[in-house]
Amino acid sequence: MNKNLRWLVLFAPLVLFLLLAVFLLKGLGSDPTKLDSALINEPVPNFEAADLYDTSIVYDESVLKGKPILLNVWATWCPTCRAEHEFLNQLASEGIPIVGLNYKDDSRGKAVNWLNTLGDPYTINLFDPEGEVAFEFGVYGAPETYFIDEQGVIRYRHVGDVNARNWQSTLKPIYEQLKQEAQ
Amino acid sequence: MSRFISLLFLLSTFVFCAAAEEAVSRSFENEQQRETYQQLIKELRCPKCQNQNIADSNAQLAEDMRDKSYEMLKAGKSKQEIIEFMVDRYGNFVHYKPPFTAATAVLWFGPVVILIIGIGVAVLLTRKKKEQTALTPEERAQLEQLRKNDND
Repeated sequence: MNKNLRWLVLFAPLVLFLLLAVFLLKGLGSDPTKLDSALINEPVPNFEAADLYDTSIVYDESVLKGKPILLNVWATWCPTCRAEHEFLNQLASEGIPIVGLNYKDDSRGKAVNWLNTLGDPYTINLFDPEGEVAFEFGVYGAPETYFIDEQGVIRYRHVGDVNARNWQSTLKPIYEQLKQEAQ
Repeated sequence: MSRFISLLFLLSTFVFCAAAEEAVSRSFENEQQRETYQQLIKELRCPKCQNQNIADSNAQLAEDMRDKSYEMLKAGKSKQEIIEFMVDRYGNFVHYKPPFTAATAVLWFGPVVILIIGIGVAVLLTRKKKEQTALTPEERAQLEQLRKNDND
């Protein structure tokens, strides 16, 4: 009994140390810029946003409900958005509905011009010059892409560009899952 | 020594000037509101440029968050309400005072647990030492014998 206790006392610090080391090592390996969205599994927030092409048209959160949808946050000042644009065009041509949220752009004209020259992958274009809608979603940069299910619940947030690689490995399975749930 | 203290004071003013400047350029209803605003922008963390609070950060997002905090204060919201508003959108990450959750338990209890272990080990070790220093009568006699031999 006494011997067991001694072993326990002897090895407890080692076990504690290893546990702490594993805990800290895990933190070391994770990318600190990839934050979990606070809105995962929450319904999309209420908002009002004008149409990018025609500001007299005003949309609300209902445009994000009814079917699985991608919400892509972009701006012309964002080089990574330029990098992912071609791929978004490709996704759109495959019939994947993407709603665009133009986030604090330099000007509306610039944004419209961008879509006219590079192609418009978005089914709806939301215009958010002050970043108010983005604030409701907890957007902290561009590009960000939200995966919203049929019920209008935010299921996943992707930070950074969407490309063929991460689409195949992570994002497509998430979208397929949402589509399956909707059936 | 006094020079050292004045240097420290000078340095401390640099630390606070960014936040103070920001609060000075805005108008508040009273001093208390200004004070709350200053506390808020020091306690809220910028999600974009991590490791900076929104008072120190020049990022667009930090600016938006300062504006939002200011607007909400002006609208009569309390400090706690504003923090909750930010946490609802940006997560616990956004507040420099982490709440108690399973994930942060290590942070809250870790130091206390380590301190208790340290005290426990210290107590155990000193107790053992005391036991060892107490010699049995036979040992004492043996020691005396050894000393005697040594002197001879």
